[in-house]
Amino acid sequence: MSKISTACEQARAENNPGLIIEQIPYAKLLGVEALNVGEELFFVLPPSNSNVGNPTLPAIHGGALGGFLELSASIHLMMNLPTQVTPKVVDISVDYVRPGRMDNLYALCHVVRQGRKLVNVSINCWHKTRQESVATARAHFLVD
Amino acid sequence: MPVDITLVKKLSKLMITANPGDHFQTLGMKFTGMDTGSCDMVLPYGAHLVGNPDTGVVHGGAITALLDTCSGMACATMLEDVGLTPTMDLRIDYMGIAEPGVDIHARADVYRSSQSVLFCRAKAYHKNQEDRPIAHCIANFIRLDDEVLKNLSESFKPFLEKVEVDI
Repeated sequence: MSKISTACEQARAENNPGLIIEQIPYAKLLGVEALNVGEELFFVLPPSNSNVGNPTLPAIHGGALGGFLELSASIHLMMNLPTQVTPKVVDISVDYVRPGRMDNLYALCHVVRQGRKLVNVSINCWHKTRQESVATARAHFLVD
Repeated sequence: MPVDITLVKKLSKLMITANPGDHFQTLGMKFTGMDTGSCDMVLPYGAHLVGNPDTGVVHGGAITALLDTCSGMACATMLEDVGLTPTMDLRIDYMGIAEPGVDIHARADVYRSSQSVLFCRAKAYHKNQEDRPIAHCIANFIRLDDEVLKNLSESFKPFLEKVEVDI
């Protein structure tokens, strides 16, 4: 059993995405957390100097934002599909609409289409309300 | 007339050294080359960048950060004065898997510089495998208004004097 397949099975059984996050070094580097609210699975990026790209504003690095969105989508899929492996990203497109400030950033993912091999996911992230997006993304992942 | 390239090289060095522990330093990316309209960088492999613990493959997010930074600085070389260009959007296509344990290089080229937007393409690759990129990126950047750029340049310049260029 691989680390991820064990973590995925346990995380799904206990509805605890934190078990997957613990296994991914890059997720710990960003400091990503998961939050179950009712039926919805939110991801949180708490403020951290290690994610800052512009110290004068200060603002979150565009790459950290993009990474947060991609990672959120990937963990969302691992929680919602019977996958045994890390979904493989094929492409991702990110629109940066507002600067990411030093405040909790929340993300929510939506599976637009789940095919046999490919999944299309859309991701939105915001600080205060989900209507005021900081960045939005769409991505394709290959799943087993 | 594009800005003196030495000033942009200084700014790029300042950017990755000025704020200890920020995202540049946390990932460990470095500039390796720069010219008017282009930029080269490297992201040394590290266990902290791993997205798949079973294979040791670097997470796409780290590659996004590398390509965003490299493309953004390539665009900065096209400005009239030393400054930055906020990212409007970017798209990354993953065409290959980054090999575990191997450094990731990036190269960005501006292919069109218009009045309000700078258009850039970039690739991430392993050394000696430039024809088989790990990822290809298309990113668009915002050209700030003249007045805003002027203020930004003036705020940067005092800090650039002491920076020694090493690329």
